[in-house]
Parts: sequence; structure tokens; C-alpha cells
Amino acid sequence: MSVSTTPTELGEDSSPQSMQQPVVNDFSIQVATVNGSGSQSSNNVLMRAIFQMGIPVSGKNLFPSNIAGLPTWFTIRASKYGYVGRKKEIDILVAMNPETATEDVLALEPGRVVVYEEKLNLQSVRNDLIYYPIPFSQLAGQVIQDIRLRKLVANMIYVGALAQMLDIEMAEVESAISKWFKAKQKAVDLNIQAVAAGAEYIRNNLPKRDPYRLERMDQNVGKIIIDGNSACALGSMFAGVSVVTWYPITPSSSLCETLIDYMKKYRIDPDTGKATFAIVQAEDELAALGMAIGAGWAGARSMTATAGPGISLMAEFSGLAYYTEVPCVIFDVQRVGPSTGLPTRTAQGDIASLYYLSHGDTNHIVLFPSDMEECFDFAVQAFDLAERLQQPVFVATDLDLGMNNWMADPFKYPLKPMDRGKVLTREDIERLHGFARYKDVDGDAIPYRTLPGTEHPLAAYFTRGSGHNDQAKYTERPDDYEKTVDRLARKYETAKTYVPQPVIRFVGASEVGLIAYGSTDAAMEECRHQLHSEYGIEAGYLRIRALPLTHHVKDFIDGFKRVYVIEQNRDGQLADLIKIDAGCEGEKIRKIRHYKGIPIDARFITDHVVEMEGIARKS
Amino acid sequence: MSSPAPKPKNVNRIGLAMADYKGAPSTLCSGCGHDAITSQIIKAFYEMGVNPSHVAKMSGIGCSSKSPAYFLSTAYGFNGVHGRMPSTASGAMLANRSLTCIGVSGDGDTAAIGLGQFCHLLRRNIPMIYIVENNGVYGLTKGQFSPTADLGSALKSGVVNDLPAVDLCSIAIEFGCNYVARSFAGDPKQLVALLKGAISHRGTAFLDVISPCVTFNNHESSTKSYQWAKEHEELLHQIDFIPHFQPLETVEYDEGQTAEVEMRDGSHIRLRKLERDYNPADRAAALNLLQHIRESGEFLTGLVYVNPKAKDFIELLDLVDEPLAFLPESKLRPGPQVLDEIMREMM
Repeated sequence: MSVSTTPTELGEDSSPQSMQQPVVNDFSIQVATVNGSGSQSSNNVLMRAIFQMGIPVSGKNLFPSNIAGLPTWFTIRASKYGYVGRKKEIDILVAMNPETATEDVLALEPGRVVVYEEKLNLQSVRNDLIYYPIPFSQLAGQVIQDIRLRKLVANMIYVGALAQMLDIEMAEVESAISKWFKAKQKAVDLNIQAVAAGAEYIRNNLPKRDPYRLERMDQNVGKIIIDGNSACALGSMFAGVSVVTWYPITPSSSLCETLIDYMKKYRIDPDTGKATFAIVQAEDELAALGMAIGAGWAGARSMTATAGPGISLMAEFSGLAYYTEVPCVIFDVQRVGPSTGLPTRTAQGDIASLYYLSHGDTNHIVLFPSDMEECFDFAVQAFDLAERLQQPVFVATDLDLGMNNWMADPFKYPLKPMDRGKVLTREDIERLHGFARYKDVDGDAIPYRTLPGTEHPLAAYFTRGSGHNDQAKYTERPDDYEKTVDRLARKYETAKTYVPQPVIRFVGASEVGLIAYGSTDAAMEECRHQLHSEYGIEAGYLRIRALPLTHHVKDFIDGFKRVYVIEQNRDGQLADLIKIDAGCEGEKIRKIRHYKGIPIDARFITDHVVEMEGIARKS
Repeated sequence: MSSPAPKPKNVNRIGLAMADYKGAPSTLCSGCGHDAITSQIIKAFYEMGVNPSHVAKMSGIGCSSKSPAYFLSTAYGFNGVHGRMPSTASGAMLANRSLTCIGVSGDGDTAAIGLGQFCHLLRRNIPMIYIVENNGVYGLTKGQFSPTADLGSALKSGVVNDLPAVDLCSIAIEFGCNYVARSFAGDPKQLVALLKGAISHRGTAFLDVISPCVTFNNHESSTKSYQWAKEHEELLHQIDFIPHFQPLETVEYDEGQTAEVEMRDGSHIRLRKLERDYNPADRAAALNLLQHIRESGEFLTGLVYVNPKAKDFIELLDLVDEPLAFLPESKLRPGPQVLDEIMREMM
């Protein structure tokens, strides 16, 4: 993401007076509605129109665990600097939900903008905001007679109003509508009409009194907009997955549902018209992983996708796959736990669970994509890793990555052919006069396997979750047990050479290092900029991309006096793993933990670093 | 009549000997019903000429689940977690449709911890043979009741079971299984015929086999003991199995005395009438019969329900003929132009 200029100081001291200075391409819009009201279309159109103007943009949906009728907030951030993390301050509020309107208005910083349904009378709540009352329902009534459609139309009217207020190009709004509603010409026409009505009302009735404006840029040439679940789905298809077994759970369901659509379109064998894949909605998460393991054992590329509660249910099977060395890929789109928790809110709370998942000594491979490109790439890699290392590979995203819309560069087609790992064929068995399933032949602790159906009397072996020796025979001997689990530990060492290595940005003379992973990365560039421009701290940054941790983490920590591990859970789960695994001095590691269920923002991190550093703001 | 060409001695139609179908020595208790079932599995697979390299032996946890190690040592075994054999078996069959899958489970593994997965396996009609070696008790944990223990039956310690038994055959039919049989480990002749029928069947073939536990449930107050089963077993019909690779001799029978079921592989199951009139193609009648004998306490064995024509899950999913596990990269990874097309739509 390129950063065009340096941000000026904005936010803390903005008042209606100082805001007369135009604020261009650097603000956030929050639309407050109720879920089930069809605002998804309007919000997507709004976001896409800004995207098509070449302005870096991101969208975050804060929604309830409910079908219809509860409050929902959608935040769009335009940032000429390319910052795509959540912005702490809301600059423009579109208040469509009577239930939350007052509270939403009270939460704003002074001088911010409120666009609202006239009837809600919000201007009486406080007098330090800029108000734009719009008679949405009345305007909707003029656009369409059908009462059922009026609510949907009212949502598109705010798009028109904002477009007029903020200088969003009408041609881009119309093109975004056409893209969203595809070939449904009637819907396209109706929505364009609604947009026009909103724009016209502003033009004729409400002169501009706020500083916020959008101006065309050229930052988005060739870019796409996608959500992380779709990116993981695409990665899985291009990884060559052939058995997908899943159980619906928020926020992971759309990963498999999107995958189903793509597979039906692109993975039907052209010669026979038959499916080169099996996708099964299982009866629960236990069965989902059980099927994926059965398929991985039999040689298919298999996967499941779930969220925290499903991960808990998969614990026993995860241990089986680890101990019997069966490949499979598990996507964990994390949400807020424990228990049911907040099913529609984001967290990075499964890290410790994933690392140790199962009883007994178990260590799993976990990948942490941070953006859409990595969601795609890591999904592809996960299948290679699982088969190469013969063990489950978890890809841990979260609701923020998985279900929100992000800009990205188009995904790159996998360069390397599929790595199917150490699989012996019938000819190999013939040549070798047999094999020992769990023997470390190559010194990398990865054994060889055969696939069921390999036609040779010496090719078969018996897979068991009970104690087994090199030959896969049942054993309870102390030395056999030790030998097997020690080899598994060595295999985990081997895994370090295969998993994506950390990404390190700027290691200089600074005393302060930052460590983050996954969706937290979206706030990190902005945070580092704030630390530098506001406090003169030039913090080094290491982004972890996988477990097991590699020596780079320790090396990085060794280079700093104080290292802040920033994550979205209560306990600092990764910080603890770093302390244990990287063997670092505990007092050096400091935890910054954000666990509100909403995506972390740069200001939160900056404030905490500064407070823990014990320094005053440089002004 | 010309004399048939001399057959090679002691080998089956694919040239393997009975010994090739054996497994490791059993570690179960001497006289265990499970070992008797193992012997008939060996015999059935041998006589049917199933290639062991194409067999997946699946199991969960328990005494019964150990038994796949004791047959077909050159087949691929997977002894997974308690009660979850149905899911691992399903996954294996999705990955490689050309396998013959046999799952061995117990009454605890299937009727208690694994009841949910069992039902959904049946509902999907996963192509596999599913055997429950049913003895009404947990063996490895030393003799607790399982959910198939009959109401009023007692443990050796005198503890009486006061809950009704789970009837796995009824459940199987209820959930759409198209080959449902009940048998007895002490009736090898019937069992081997039912096993061969199961090998021929396409879809889930379920066998509930009463298999006495000689250590914990073979005493006088048990309804899963050898003695009880021998004294009470009543055959639904006499079963003959004529495999597809053997000529089907036409024998004249009295009208109404014999029913013949043609399996999809061309094999035939010939059912000869004994005391009662019973048509195993009638699903409602099968459920009625099971309901009736549950109340009367009779021990009827035989082929309770069969419908060889139903589609199995692999057919339902319309999978390519080649096992998914062996598809080449060219079939699994769409080309770069597909990714370009998708990316353009998102710009």
C-alpha cells in the first residue's frame, strides 16, 4: 500500500471552526441501521464508488447475531495514506436507526457530521455537530409506491445524499450499482433513481457546511475488492482441494459457501461433466473434521472451515491427525469467545487453543494471514504444508479479515506445482521391498506413507490413534512411545523451515519493537506513523506469519529493549507463546491487548505504547 | 455335460489363498464373539475374491474396534476415535470411491457415543459395510452396560438395566439404510451369506451381530450370552448367496416359498421361507417386525430389509469415476485464465 503524503495532525483538536479547512480523502463514514434492512447493498455501492475513484478505502460491518431488527453499523474509511485499519473516530454518521441514533450522536467527537432521518430530530441532542436532516421515508415514497421496497430505497437515498455532499462522482455510483445488481435492470434503474433523489434533495435544500470531501486519486489501478473468506475459498480451489467437509458457523460459513459456488463453476470435469470435488455439509464439527481426516488419509486434499466453538469440538480429532500424521487443512475464522461469546464480533482468541489443540503433547502448525493476498497464498500453501509435513495445518483468520471487504492486489497464480509430499507408489514399494510407515528415513522426521488402494501386499499399514511404532504396529512399550513423540517434536522443528517466515520492517537504533499478526497488521503502519510523527518513536516491527515460531522472533526481540506484542485477546496469548517458545526474557515482552470485539485501531495501540513507555506527547 | 476346467487349488478367483485374508493374531478374550465374526469376514472376503489392497478397514474405539487388525492384513486400516468411525469412513470413501470399505464398531461405539454419526452415515448412504459387534456391554472399561442392553437384563454384579434398549436395526431403516440385517456370531452360515450380500450391496450395508462377551456378559441373566442367543435364535428365512461370478442355477421351488433379490453387481440373494411369511423388500413391514419383536423379546435373525436399487452418496454427488485422491494437478487446479477471470470481476 503506497502512502502518498504525510498525514497532518487531525482528530484530537478538530472543532467546527478548525474544520473549515477541507479534509480530503481522509475520513470515516458510519452508517447505523438495523440488520435485515437491506443496507448491505447501499453500503457496498458507497464503498465501491469511492474505490472506483481511486481512493484507498476499507469497509467494516459491525453486525449483531440476529436475522433482522437489531442494530448494525457499517463503517467506510477513505484514506489517501492507504490506511485500512479501523479509524477510531467517526467523522460522518448516517443515523438511520431510531434505536441507537441518540447514543450514536453522543459518541461523536465535536465538529463531526450527522446525516439523519428528519423525523428523528437529532439536532436537539447536542449543538456542536453539523447536522443534515433528510426526510428519507418521504423521498422514498416519491421514488416508489411499493411500501415493502421503500426501506431499501431509503438506504440508497443516503448514498445519493453522501455522493452529493462529498463529491463522489455520480458515474462511479451508477457503475457500482450496476455491478452490485448485475443484470437486474429494474433494480439498477430503481436504485439509480433513489440515488438521484438523495442528491437532488441535498442540492436544493442543504448547503455544504462540513469540510469533508473526496477527490479522485489513482491508487487503486488494477486492484480488487474482496473479503478474506472469499480469498481463502479461492486459495483452496487453486490449491486443488477435492474434499470439503464443513458445518455452518459464523463467521466461517461464507468461506465454504463461496467455495461451493466457485467449485461448481470451475471444477466440473469438462470431459465428463462430473465433479472433481466432494463438498459435504456435516452433522457437526466433529464429523466435519473426521471426514476431512478420512479423506486426507485416503490421499485427497481435504479441508474444513470453522470458528472457535468448532475448534473446541475438533480437539480430539486434531490430536488424532497429529499423532497418526494425516494431512488436512482447517480454517479458523476467529470470533469472540469463550463459549458462544460474541458470534459476530472479531477476536484473535484461539491462538493458544490452536497451538496445543488436543490432549497429550501436541503442537500444531498455524498460519496467520494478514491481508487478502495472504489469505489466498496461505490457503494454497496450507495444503502443500499439510501433505509435505503430514499433519493438520490451521489457517487462522478472523471475522474482520474474513467477512469485511478489503482492497487487494489481484492474486498471483501459484508458481509452484502442488507438493503432494512423501507418498510411495506401488513401484516404490516393489523396489524397496516394503516400507515402515513411521520411520524417519531422510532425517527430517517426516516419514513416508502409502495411500489406500495402492496395489501391493507390502503397501498397506494400519493407522491407529493408539500407541504405534515405526511399523505402525500397536505398542505400549515406553521406548516406542518416546521415539514416536520425539520424532513428532523433531518434525515440528522441520516445519520451521517450511512455514512462512516473519516479515520485519525497520530495525534501527530504536529501543522499541512491536510484534503483531493477522488482522492487527492493518493498524500497524498507521500506529508506527503516529508513534513517529507524534512522539518521535521509530519503532521496529515484526509480523508473525506462522506457528511454529522461528529464530527470527528471538533475534528481533534481542535487538530491542522493550517489545510490545499487540493482539486482539484478553490474555496476550501469542506473547505468552513467544515467552515460552522463543525463550525470551519475560520482562522485555509487554502485552497490548484489545478485546472489545471490534477491530483494533491504530490510536489504541499508539496510546498504549506511549503510556507504557511513560512518555509525554511531543508537541 | 462337459467337466469344468480344473480350478487351481485353495485360491479364490483373484488367485489369493484364505491365508492372504487373515490378520494379526487376536488379542481379544478366548471365545469372544468378535473373533467368530472376524473368521466369517475373512471367509466372505476370500470367497468373494475382494482385492485386499482396495479395502479400507475402519473402526472406532472398543474391543470390536480392535478387530480390523485381525483380518485382511494387506488391507488399509484406520482405527480412529471413539464413536467417530462413520466420519472417517465417509471421508475415505469420498477421497477414493473405488475402495471397498468395511467398518467394525461396537454397541457402545455406535449406540452411545457415536449414535449421531451413525445416523448421518446411514442418511447419506455412504457405500460401506457397517458391522456392530453387539454384546450389550463395554469390555475395555470392564463391563458397564451399553445402550443396547435389554431392559431388565442384569450384569454379573447383579445390577439391573432399567432403560430400554436402542434397536440399531430400527434406527438403520428409519435413517434410510437399504441393507439391514441381524445375525449372531454363533451362526456362521447365515453370517457369511449376509456378509457376502453386504459386499455386493451398493450403499451402506448394516449388520447388527449379536456377539457375546465371554468375560462380562455371558452369564445366566444376560440376553446377549451364547446360551441365550442359541436357545432363542429364530431364523427369518434361510439365506443363500450366489455371487455374480458363479452361474445362477435355476432351481424349481414351490411358488411363494423363495424370494430372490438381485444385487447391482449381478449377485443374487436367495431367501427360502421358513415359518413366517416375510418380505424383506417391504420397509414398513420391516419396521413393524422390529417393533413387534422388541415387545415380544424374540431373537429373529436374517435379512430384515433390502433395497438394492437406491443411489449411494457417491452417485448423489456425481463424482468423477477416478478416485479424487488420484486426480492429477491438471484436474485439480484450474488454469491461470480462470484466476484472471475471477480477479477481473472483482476490480
